Amino acid sequence: MTEDAAAIQVHSLVKSYGRLRAVDGVDFSVRPGEIFGLIGPNGAGKTTTIECLEGLRAADGGRVRVLGLDPAADGQELRERIGVQLQQSALPDDMKVWEALDLFASYYRRPAPWKPLLERLGIADKRQTRFARLSGGQKQRLFIALALVNDPELVFLDELTTGLDPHARRSMWDLVKGIRERGKTVLLTTHFMEEAEFLCDRVLVLDHGRIVALDSPSELVRGLAREVRVLFTVESPLEAAALRAVPGVSRVEVNGSRVLVEGRGDRLICLVVNALDARSVRFRDLRTEQAGLEDVFLALTARPGPDGGAR
Amino acid sequence: MRGFWKLALVEIKIYLRQPEAAFFTLAFPLVLLFIFGSIYGNAPNELFGGRGMVDVSTPAYLAMIIGSTGLLSIAISISSYREKGVLRRYRATPLRPAAVLASQVVVHFLMTLVGAVLLIASARAVYGLRFPGRAGPVALGFALSALSFFAVGFLVASLARTARAAYIVGLVLYFPNLFLSGATIPKETFPPAIRSAGKFIPLTHVVDLLQGLWFGDPWGRHALAIGVLAGLFVLGVAVSAKAFRWE
Repeated sequence: MTEDAAAIQVHSLVKSYGRLRAVDGVDFSVRPGEIFGLIGPNGAGKTTTIECLEGLRAADGGRVRVLGLDPAADGQELRERIGVQLQQSALPDDMKVWEALDLFASYYRRPAPWKPLLERLGIADKRQTRFARLSGGQKQRLFIALALVNDPELVFLDELTTGLDPHARRSMWDLVKGIRERGKTVLLTTHFMEEAEFLCDRVLVLDHGRIVALDSPSELVRGLAREVRVLFTVESPLEAAALRAVPGVSRVEVNGSRVLVEGRGDRLICLVVNALDARSVRFRDLRTEQAGLEDVFLALTARPGPDGGAR
Repeated sequence: MRGFWKLALVEIKIYLRQPEAAFFTLAFPLVLLFIFGSIYGNAPNELFGGRGMVDVSTPAYLAMIIGSTGLLSIAISISSYREKGVLRRYRATPLRPAAVLASQVVVHFLMTLVGAVLLIASARAVYGLRFPGRAGPVALGFALSALSFFAVGFLVASLARTARAAYIVGLVLYFPNLFLSGATIPKETFPPAIRSAGKFIPLTHVVDLLQGLWFGDPWGRHALAIGVLAGLFVLGVAVSAKAFRWE
């Protein structure tokens, strides 16, 4: 990919705080129209990276281009063209929702009309509400609206859904998908692997300021090559041997009417079901457990802690 | 300048929505005026060198408004904006950082001015306030005093790590300034020891300057006050420029 074509281009980015190397030689690029995720444990360097890209923090080393601009030198120009939702920020308590949008719109050369934005984000009925009176989800919606008020080409979302309940989180996901459908590029950080798996085209896993993996969520999961588990309840007795003979199966456990089958292969579930069917074994409550991005995350960033577990 | 005036306008609205901020700037001086005015009236009084209580107190109350705006309002609002992340959010827009700080100066200066006009108008309407001086010098002296105390407010906000610390430091500075400077209780009633201690209180110089100009003194008679206030301004701006943090 040529540099001009990339929305974000990062070469050996380095940023230290005192003796701590928060970001230690990171390279990646983000394509236009992509939803790109940064994940990693607390303190992995996600927010520092994103703030270097936004021009809010000066990198100590490396080369960064965002929309073809150097954030350190052309921060003013860059901020005209990007939308930013920060992990920790606020508005004055007594500022009303409409005032915030009207105000932020006035900061840009080419503001988008903000009334339709309020409608789209579902906070049109909160126009007259002061910031301090908004719920956590409403505040996040307002911050997304502010991030979109300049009709940006690229949107940064830093831990958008932290602290939100599952309903609010799901509706944020729809909003993010909607942003991309409008042709914008999205770079987000998250703690929720489910979220990265659902939203991101590609995910970069950071740990101790270094890249430990960069791929699409499904490829990352496939790379882990974890076994699939199939669990079900049988209504008539079952010979474990009958299932052990199924190709790919590595383990069968029968515990009364509960059966657990472990194995590999994309067709494992299908083969198990066929084997049951062929023997006229009636079964119910069948479910499967597969490795997800969370397993990938834990495997890649695992480390022994004082309690023996992962940090 | 894009965004600057709108920010200033919104900040004014926000200021007026906070009753506690508006109280010290707009209401409290009037409360003092009416309490002391109803006790002493504004008849010429030997204690005040043959001047009326209200004539002497009104310029002193102007100093009080300036002190509370600088040491409390500015210090607290800027440090709490920083603590909450409001400044961070503004920084992620093309708005120039200087515009954010300048809007605070504009808003607080305007509010101080409104407080002053309310006070003077009330004193004139109710107690027949006399004004032997000239408006130009008083306005200039008022502006100099305000800028120098605003600079101190910025200094407090720059050095305090948290909004709570700024609040406490602001209060600790404010009360001695308020009571020992003659801004509330006329200096003429102080014992000599406190009067001389008051010379080391910055707000005393605002009271001296504004009272002097109010009664038509030439600038030259207040060189010390002007020097102290200009020095405070330079100190506040220089230290803030070095120590100010956005987050």
